[in-house]
Amino acid sequence: MRKLIKNRNVRIALILLAVFAVVQILDTVGFIDGYIMGIIARVCINIILAVSLNLITGFTGQFSLGHAGFMSIGAYTCAIITLRYPTVLGFIIGVIMGALCAAIIGVLVGLPTLRLRGDYLAIATLGMAEIIRILFLNMEITNGAAGLIGIPQFVNWAWLFFFTVGTIIIITNFINSAHGRASISIREDEIAAESMGIHTTRSKVTAFTIGAFFAGIAGALYASYFFFLKPELFGFAKSIDVLVIVVFGGLGSISGSVVAAVLLELISSMLQSLVALRMIIYAVLLVVIMIFRPQGLMGSKEISGIMFKGVRERVQSKVRSVGKGKGGEA
Amino acid sequence: MPVLKTEGLTKVFGGLTAVLKCNIEINRGELIGLIGPNGAGKTTLFNLLTGITLPTSGTVELEGKKIQGLRPHVICKNGIARTFQNIRLFKDLTVLDNVKIAMNQHVKYGLHSAFFHNRAYRRTEAEIIEKAGDLLNIFNLYEKRDELAKNLPYGEQRQLEIARALATDPILLLLDEPAAGMNPVETAELTELITKIRRDYDLSILLIEHDMSLVMSICERIYVLDYGVVIAEGIPEEIKSNKRVIEAYLGEEVENA
Ligand SMILES: Nc1ncnc2c1ncn2[C@@H]1O[C@H](COP(=O)(O)OP(=O)(O)OP(=O)(O)O)[C@@H](O)[C@H]1O
Ligand SMILES: [Mg+2]
Repeated sequence: MRKLIKNRNVRIALILLAVFAVVQILDTVGFIDGYIMGIIARVCINIILAVSLNLITGFTGQFSLGHAGFMSIGAYTCAIITLRYPTVLGFIIGVIMGALCAAIIGVLVGLPTLRLRGDYLAIATLGMAEIIRILFLNMEITNGAAGLIGIPQFVNWAWLFFFTVGTIIIITNFINSAHGRASISIREDEIAAESMGIHTTRSKVTAFTIGAFFAGIAGALYASYFFFLKPELFGFAKSIDVLVIVVFGGLGSISGSVVAAVLLELISSMLQSLVALRMIIYAVLLVVIMIFRPQGLMGSKEISGIMFKGVRERVQSKVRSVGKGKGGEA
Repeated sequence: MPVLKTEGLTKVFGGLTAVLKCNIEINRGELIGLIGPNGAGKTTLFNLLTGITLPTSGTVELEGKKIQGLRPHVICKNGIARTFQNIRLFKDLTVLDNVKIAMNQHVKYGLHSAFFHNRAYRRTEAEIIEKAGDLLNIFNLYEKRDELAKNLPYGEQRQLEIARALATDPILLLLDEPAAGMNPVETAELTELITKIRRDYDLSILLIEHDMSLVMSICERIYVLDYGVVIAEGIPEEIKSNKRVIEAYLGEEVENA
């Protein structure tokens, strides 16, 4: 049993390594140009955004409309730091500081609103993102509406890969822990959860803060890859974009968010040339999908749950035949 | 010292007095019935004891410690667990996860263990799964541990709610109509189960139930609530012959007719 679990992790690691190597080689050879790398960067950043929002909305059941706000905090923090310290170390510090600042704002917004039951968070996050945008529009250090130009570009495929995979692993691990179960129980039934000893406010704030933290990372990567920032990039539309990915992929499915981030980016870059029609086609597509698959592409299932189903069933039947199967979770 | 003691416990909803000056005492190991016509305030009393609703006035003491006004999760940690009249399972989660969640307060590992699944995580999770498995075995739900709670038959959902409540490791268990919707065979099994868990887990139990045969057969004492007021208290024989109790129930029958 131990071996099987190990095997499974080894298998996933091998797949990831292969993906990394292939892109890295294609990039080095020059097969991937700036345009394609730009798409890859957007996909990775959107995956981080969607997975972190899914933790808040899909798993914990708290409706947040301000993810772009957290992203912008990460972006500006990282940009301002790397503009002053244009070194890899400066970039790493920028990412960490960006994520931490976003997390701190997350706590400040989350604490007062998440004590209450109901959708106060949606309104509060909506307001927060707007306030942040207006602040950035008027502050000197962010250069107002003109934005920040010439941010040193440190982000490459290796960094994108590292942060994307890292985010997915950490958030998936969180969900599969006692802390994650507490979050999910709140989504399922808040009254039952608190009656079973779950500190609901703390669990909600924790999940929300983790989500904000990773949105900050996504913003930092954005700043350092696309080297240009202006407040308009982080408006309400961007928050909705992320929400669309989450709902489209399936609330409560990490792999759904990943698949949806890839698909939607491909669709929208294919429609790039049809600027006028793009939003319409995009919207129609979403409506159609929501009519035929309202639970999203994956529902709340995970790809690994499907891929490894055979393995799991074999393990389970073995556990059963052994008897009570102590610790026999597959 | 009684396990539970309420004094003057009162709840007013707007103009409606749901519970009025309730004085209840439960001693260690007792199995107490709480009966009364529909709308008498029984569930409201449970909500007051568990912190779901805040009392208008009055006190609740658990083993001598005042607990009124505390948040539900704190009251749960202090040792009161409950089931719900209108089943409140975590429907889209597995049977096992329902029980695991109720064990959360005994999980000691921190966030970094959750993020990185280190040794402490693996050890604790293995323990939880084992303990949850043992508990599910008692309720004959172990074989169904990977099924979603919502896919269980009704009777088993009620049992799972009791299992989940037990997983919080309570000293006082509140059961809100656990036999509702069960057939006589299931009710008989449930009766046996309640007696068994009380003995095995050294529990005190407060039981709301409309099934009089169940209440009269297993409860040591009974409180009768009518319009939020305790109108009688005593052993089953006394309650059966109590005039006010008969009137309260007759009144209901006349109203329902
Ligand atoms: N949150 C609330 N707000 C307003 N009124 C309430 C609330 N909860 C309960 N009530 C009222 O309080 C009274 C007592 O209700 P309660 O649910 O406690 O009765 P009960 O004894 O459990 O009845 P049943 O046997 O039908 O379950 C009812 O009149 C009910 O309408
Ligand atoms: Mg009731």
